[in-house]
Amino acid sequence: MRIVLIDDSGLRATVLEEGLLEAGYDDIHVVLPRGGFVAKVERMAPDVVLMDLGNPSRDTLEEMLAVSRALAKPIAMFVDSSDDTMIGAAIDAGVSAYVVNGLRKDRVQPILNLAIRRFNAFARMQAELNEAKTALADRRTIDKAKAILMAARNLSEPDAYGLLRTTAMNQGRRIVEVADALITASSLIGAGL
Amino acid sequence: MTPVSVAFLPLTDSAVLVAAREKGFAERQGVELNLIRATSWATVRDRLVFGQVQAAHILAPLALAVTLGLSQHPAPIAAPFRLNVNGNALAMSPTFAAALDPDPAARIADPVATAHDFATAIGLYHRKPVIGIVHRFSSHALMLRYWLGFAGVDPDRDVMLRVLPPSLMVEAMRARELDGFIAGEPWSSIAVAEGEAEIIALGERIWQRGVEKVLAFRSEWLDANPDTVDRLLRALSEAAGWCDEPVNREELAVLLSRESYLDRPAELILPALVGRMVLRQGDGPAETPDVMMFHREATGFPWRSQALWIYSQLIRWGMVEPSPDHERQAADVFRSDIYRRALGSSGVPMPGASLKVEGSLTRPLAIGVARGSLTLGPDRFFDGTVFDPNDVASYLARFRASSPVG
Repeated sequence: MRIVLIDDSGLRATVLEEGLLEAGYDDIHVVLPRGGFVAKVERMAPDVVLMDLGNPSRDTLEEMLAVSRALAKPIAMFVDSSDDTMIGAAIDAGVSAYVVNGLRKDRVQPILNLAIRRFNAFARMQAELNEAKTALADRRTIDKAKAILMAARNLSEPDAYGLLRTTAMNQGRRIVEVADALITASSLIGAGL
Repeated sequence: MTPVSVAFLPLTDSAVLVAAREKGFAERQGVELNLIRATSWATVRDRLVFGQVQAAHILAPLALAVTLGLSQHPAPIAAPFRLNVNGNALAMSPTFAAALDPDPAARIADPVATAHDFATAIGLYHRKPVIGIVHRFSSHALMLRYWLGFAGVDPDRDVMLRVLPPSLMVEAMRARELDGFIAGEPWSSIAVAEGEAEIIALGERIWQRGVEKVLAFRSEWLDANPDTVDRLLRALSEAAGWCDEPVNREELAVLLSRESYLDRPAELILPALVGRMVLRQGDGPAETPDVMMFHREATGFPWRSQALWIYSQLIRWGMVEPSPDHERQAADVFRSDIYRRALGSSGVPMPGASLKVEGSLTRPLAIGVARGSLTLGPDRFFDGTVFDPNDVASYLARFRASSPVG
């Protein structure tokens, strides 16, 4: 069964492709939704097309599926409109599926299930990556604020951190916010650093 | 507060929804309006059909197509409110436009002559022109087909129609993947400002009061939530009044320019709102007072005859099989009864009928209404043809008789 993934985020396509390979599908192609991608998809004659729900090129693809003579209809969105739970999960994960060769539902359902899991896994990875990035940036801010306090008030590192933490607790704010305010204030006054 | 989520596409004609939220009209009606931006019409449609949102800013023909199950699973859609009238433009590359009348104002003023010039230009062009349309079932694609068909151009044979979301049109022009496109504002103004295209026709001059975007619900949700629907419609009607006030247009342009809505400069959104469109880079603006309407002349009222006109065009281009069932389903998408129920006591002038002969008004006409007064503007089709909603078949027969392609 030939599966085409239309995706411009390389990482998501890889995550999905790996999952499909593990599940035993081996005829998988990734196409970038750029320029004349529709003609490319058409030449590949896929059985199933998977695409990110938010991709602006979905209209272009649907138009191709509607008018194409090379591909047999019918087109199924989310495979079967009667399965509400599955559609909900697919939409939440951001998957839209197009079945282009009138395959039987039971052959497509596992692909869609797998796609939903992999799209979700990708979303989690993305969230974790963002979190890690934020954590790193936060730590740099706090380090900088500590350095300012250590220089200006002649404090040890643990005491400088303690002061930031106490201030944050008293004001009901996050330590990084207090550190940020301190850096801003310090740069305005020009003191310390 | 009743939460209502509405999916929309970044277009100037989402203005009424944006104003309803940002200027507090929805809140005053007890509706917490959440606007969910999408990038393709397919996504707007899916979010509506599969219940992720309660309503959507959608192309009127697409609302019919979903109901009739064209190219996707059928789902009955109800459109009780028109979000705007007019508002799209056909822009072609400067190279193609050079084969037309050199004066851009003359081109839009005389769509009959421009249609013939366009047909000639196709023959002289180095290849079949590629024209971007936003969706197969879009108001603009139907208007473009109507306009080309008049000049003997078969839109399925003599030009290449390529579907792209409006926000990608300018990029595709720059990449020379398109020779022109027809889309809602502000995308044609942006293409003109970047020197990629010239506006050669306005939807408003092809059909003077053409149907454009509607607010659509799933029929079963609409039936199950009459109170919420009525409050939302009252909020939108007030917001539409605010949008049509000339003094509010600059503020509206700034609201729409925000990152969460159109994310484009306010000065490129403003021309369609004030009715002074720049047709070619470097030229002064042309007076186009009716280029986009939100409230005056009962803009919100969904004329069932316009749903039937759309249906007639879907048949004409072979997108749907004519049948009494389809005709009834198509007409029922436009719910003028709900509009009357929601706004009957609000003082908004209410048309006495729900059908009219489209294209028969050549000048403004005061019509009978239950209260106040209502003047309808000219609603001519550029070729002077009138559409009688009671006789779709003979209307279609006329096109077959006059069309060289049968």
